[in-house]
Amino acid sequence: MTIVLWICGITLSIASCLTLVRLAKGPSILERVIAMDVLLLIISGALCIEMTMNKHTDNLIFVLLACLVGFVGSVTVSRFVTDRRNA
Amino acid sequence: MLDTILDIVAGTFMIIGSLLSLAAGIGMLRFPDLLSRLHAATKPQVLGLFLLLAALGIELRSWAVVPILVMAWGLQLLTAPVSAHMVGRAGYRTRHLKRETLIVDELAAVVAAAEAREEREHGKKQHRTDFID
Repeated sequence: MTIVLWICGITLSIASCLTLVRLAKGPSILERVIAMDVLLLIISGALCIEMTMNKHTDNLIFVLLACLVGFVGSVTVSRFVTDRRNA
Repeated sequence: MLDTILDIVAGTFMIIGSLLSLAAGIGMLRFPDLLSRLHAATKPQVLGLFLLLAALGIELRSWAVVPILVMAWGLQLLTAPVSAHMVGRAGYRTRHLKRETLIVDELAAVVAAAEAREEREHGKKQHRTDFID
């Protein structure tokens, strides 16, 4: 299981680095919203893997909360985004 | 014997779930515009989270934890389409898209009709341009 942990850790690290690049580069705020959503999912995935490895359920509430926070955040931002260039 | 099989299944689920996150990261970086990046971002939202939560349930070997795992996944399943719809709609209305990548654009006729109605009622012609990154 240690090998599995290493593979998952390296994969999630590369994924979060790529997402951070998009978060920094993203031309518009909507791209940044999507990148934040993916980053939040990677973090909750890492929490799941940590729980699986140490065989406890302490972080399950954080996985639920990450899901809700991501939903509220992306809906709020996309509700208030405007077409500033053509205004 | 059964323990080994369950460990192998859980490890496979965890690796595939992490690879889906990696696919989302690569897609975020490589895809050309907002709508296709949105497509890449939804990969770990549903299947990736399901695989990781299933690995957790298998590794804990308890049925008592299954309802809250189902609740976590179901919450994600309910909220992901709504937020993706909102982001996609805002992206379309603020013109963050490349129209040549679209095959079918069913919203274009609706938006054109709304703009024509606005022009008829208020009498002002607006020139809007697409926002191509």
